[in-house]
Amino acid sequence: MAEITGRDLIAYRTARFFEDGDLVNLGIGMPTKCLDFLPEGIDIWIDTENGAIGLDGPPAEGEWADPDVVDAGGSTSKLRVGGCCFDSFTSFGYIRGGHVAATVLGAYEVDQEGNLANWIIPGKTAAGMGGAMDLVAGARKVIVMTEHCDKKGNPKVLKKCTLPLTAAHEVDYIVSELCVLHQTDAGLVLEELAPGVSVEEVVSKTGAELIIPAEIKSMI
Amino acid sequence: MAKSKVVSLEEALENVHDGQTVMIPGFVNVGVPELLIKGLIDKGITGINVISNNTSIKGRGIGLLVHDHLIKHLTCSHIGSNTETVEQVVAGDIDVTFVPQGTLCERVRAGGAGIGGVLTPTGLGTPIADGKQIINVDGKDYLLETALRGDVAFIHAWKADKMGNVVYHRTAQNFNKIWATAADWVIVEAEEIVEVGELDPDLIMTPGALVDQVVLIK
Repeated sequence: MAEITGRDLIAYRTARFFEDGDLVNLGIGMPTKCLDFLPEGIDIWIDTENGAIGLDGPPAEGEWADPDVVDAGGSTSKLRVGGCCFDSFTSFGYIRGGHVAATVLGAYEVDQEGNLANWIIPGKTAAGMGGAMDLVAGARKVIVMTEHCDKKGNPKVLKKCTLPLTAAHEVDYIVSELCVLHQTDAGLVLEELAPGVSVEEVVSKTGAELIIPAEIKSMI
Repeated sequence: MAKSKVVSLEEALENVHDGQTVMIPGFVNVGVPELLIKGLIDKGITGINVISNNTSIKGRGIGLLVHDHLIKHLTCSHIGSNTETVEQVVAGDIDVTFVPQGTLCERVRAGGAGIGGVLTPTGLGTPIADGKQIINVDGKDYLLETALRGDVAFIHAWKADKMGNVVYHRTAQNFNKIWATAADWVIVEAEEIVEVGELDPDLIMTPGALVDQVVLIK
């Protein structure tokens, strides 16, 4: 398994948070990659905020799919047998109500207090938060999938987010290509390392204070 | 026999005027009442306030209103699916208020249900909480989010009967059901119009009693 690296490793490890039968919301982009790495015997139900449970991925080329079934990015999706559709009020009701086992999403910044910033960079992006604030406030487990540093090499895991927050004190896990960080009451714990990655490397590329346990597991 | 609410597009838009607040459902470009939007544009209506989740995509649905600069103020959760909206917002041409998607649903539901607002944990500790009242219930903080309503709601139905009972289809349901409750005048565009009695009463999603007019999408 040592050949899994980078974004594949992030998706591989994140997919191991899910239990069989979980209702899971995967953000558009990297989070959907988790589906390529689901462990054998783990079958999850995909929640989409626009009003469906049981999305089943895009249709194959030439395969018919109902144009009225779309994912949260607006792309046509198949609906698996047993799936269902409903209105947005029902959707966000159960999202906020804690009925979604896990929400997986990306980050501009995340910090050692469990704060997440992923919806706006003032002066640069103005897309809006969509459903992210509700998902992060309501899901039972909030998992942030992110490259450990931004494109310029600056840490994305910080002492304190500098951008406007999506939610405060809601993040549970941060999974990067280097490590798994667990947000606990005591602080941010370095629980797992990618193969070949040292504690020193993680510390040097992290802007937050980390709790380093005596024993650290491997991500694989 | 119930009186038919089926009208022409022109008749349906008789109650739509400049400067009104128009409730427009749809997610990206699914479940968007595009016939009514095009009718509004053809009628020359301008300066409207729109309450929607997003603005469809460039050149379609609510994107047509954006393109023609007909929106004065936009209340929504996301504009990323329409590059033209992003450009106009950045340029200051459209005044936008972002509302978290679940909060938007609850505020409109409150508007349609006769309650002043709702208490939600969404947005606590974020810029969305600025200036809003925080209320503690049983030891937990919530934001007070107030009700939203419109003058007119445009609704996209899969099937409607002649008295306005509505069935939506798959994820095109999205905001339609809630938006239909929160306006003074509710216009439904339907892919198919059937006789009264043909829809199973248990499967009707919006009661015809809430609907004022029905237009067939031709």
